Amino acid sequence: MKILSVEVFYVIAGVFLALVAARTAWDRAHPKRWGTASFWALLAVIFVFGKILPPAIVGYLVLAMVVLAAAKQVARSSETSSTRAERTAEAGRLQNRLFWPALLIPATAIAGSLVLDRIHVGDVWLMEPRHASLISLGLGALVAVAFARRTTGARVSEPVQEGGRLLQTIGWALILPQMLAALGGIFAQAGVGVVVADLVGRALPTQFPFVAVAAYCLGMALFTICMGNAFAAFAVITGGIGLPLIVVRHGGNPAIMAAVGMLSGYCGTLLTPMAANFNLVPAMLLELRDRNAVIKAQAPMAVAIWIFNVALMYVCVYRF
Amino acid sequence: MIKLIGILVVAVGFAFRFNTLLVVLAAGVVTGLVAGLSFHEIMTLFGKYFVENRYMTMPVVLMVPVIGLLERHGLQERAEMLIRRAAAVTAGRVLVLYCAVRQISIALGVNIGGHAGAVRPLVAPMAEGAARAQHGALPEATVERIRAHAAAAENIGNFFGEDIFIAVGAILLMKGFFDAQKIEVGVWSMALWGIPTAVAAFAAMWWRARVLDREIAQTAVERGLS
Repeated sequence: MKILSVEVFYVIAGVFLALVAARTAWDRAHPKRWGTASFWALLAVIFVFGKILPPAIVGYLVLAMVVLAAAKQVARSSETSSTRAERTAEAGRLQNRLFWPALLIPATAIAGSLVLDRIHVGDVWLMEPRHASLISLGLGALVAVAFARRTTGARVSEPVQEGGRLLQTIGWALILPQMLAALGGIFAQAGVGVVVADLVGRALPTQFPFVAVAAYCLGMALFTICMGNAFAAFAVITGGIGLPLIVVRHGGNPAIMAAVGMLSGYCGTLLTPMAANFNLVPAMLLELRDRNAVIKAQAPMAVAIWIFNVALMYVCVYRF
Repeated sequence: MIKLIGILVVAVGFAFRFNTLLVVLAAGVVTGLVAGLSFHEIMTLFGKYFVENRYMTMPVVLMVPVIGLLERHGLQERAEMLIRRAAAVTAGRVLVLYCAVRQISIALGVNIGGHAGAVRPLVAPMAEGAARAQHGALPEATVERIRAHAAAAENIGNFFGEDIFIAVGAILLMKGFFDAQKIEVGVWSMALWGIPTAVAAFAAMWWRARVLDREIAQTAVERGLS
């Protein structure tokens, strides 16, 4: 038995989303009051009841959310937040006490990964060890919000109001990572990967050891760019190119191939809008006008690291 | 080949800037139909994966109340004030330092930071503050460059530190893959072979941070001249 499961935090997140939806529904000045409220309410339902709802129902709820977003019915509230002058005054009043709640989240994460996931009395565990980092993060966020309210002397409604404001800054892009993960799953189900591996393998003269290495690293990066996820690419490209060519045909070391290959996939993650939670959501969160700005900043690094990976793998994989 | 039609839909949809959610849904439906699934089955798959991947969205949702609250009470302004007092700090150095902390901590199995938890409230304001302390008011384009690089520092640190820790998803996934193929591969050797790339990634971040600092200085000089 586990006292804290990750499901508990999904429900808490869902309740918060429901509060944001309710606040929006009450906000007469909101430009798209009902569409926005419905969007957050649907997401709240999926977070709270996701585990017990039949997947097909969730699928149609997701469809409804996509339709709301595509019809431009999901918008930011026109509520004004504090001015810069007010915030600077608050910063002067509270000084470094402002940092403590923010630092409490990583502190809880450290405690969680070092101690909390080992606490158990017989068969009763404090938290699921498998999800320890997610659970400690959730725990840290909850403790921090209580602590922050004490420090700042804020009203109870303020965390919901300000959190809702931030959430609306991100808007419908918040569910993009989950949608893309679902798309990746459907791609895998349809066998898209096998086709890609086959194409790369046939198009290149892989009888040369260097070409095999380059093809594998390229396959990992390209497939990750398409799927948005290096994990999905790993099984497909390693099964299709890495194992048969580098390990079996040319006698390469599988540990080096896998480690460096996965990191070549990550170079693809840095380059793709499909990896929305790393590249697009942060652009929204940082209020950048160009939603590809993060990818553009990362592109030179991604290419440099990828070239380094190919060289490293070629030098080491056939030698150790 | 016809199975790749989903990738085509995504590429065309992103290029024409249709609503991204709609593009993704359409790509899934088209790929599913081509693979012989019914519309209902495709919706079932979307629902199943959407629920399974709630963990991707949850950290942001749970983090925004405390971050929003602290921001209202001047967290970003305070971070900027503090950094202005420190000497010899540039935007690039703030980012390199953050990237190093992120990389080392996650290599030891401690997941701190994140775009919502650290980059927006602390790292980006500190980097902007450092640039303002040096060069005065910044043009909008420069602010955007700095923020985009702050997000990049988070991603680089996170991705290329993670694989050195053996209990992490990536290493376990690779181990599982080789086990299924009946190939004996140790988790430690895979983790150790992640180190050279981790060092190279950090060097790449350091290089880009220097380029960023030079760009900021250049823009400031040009503005001074005009």
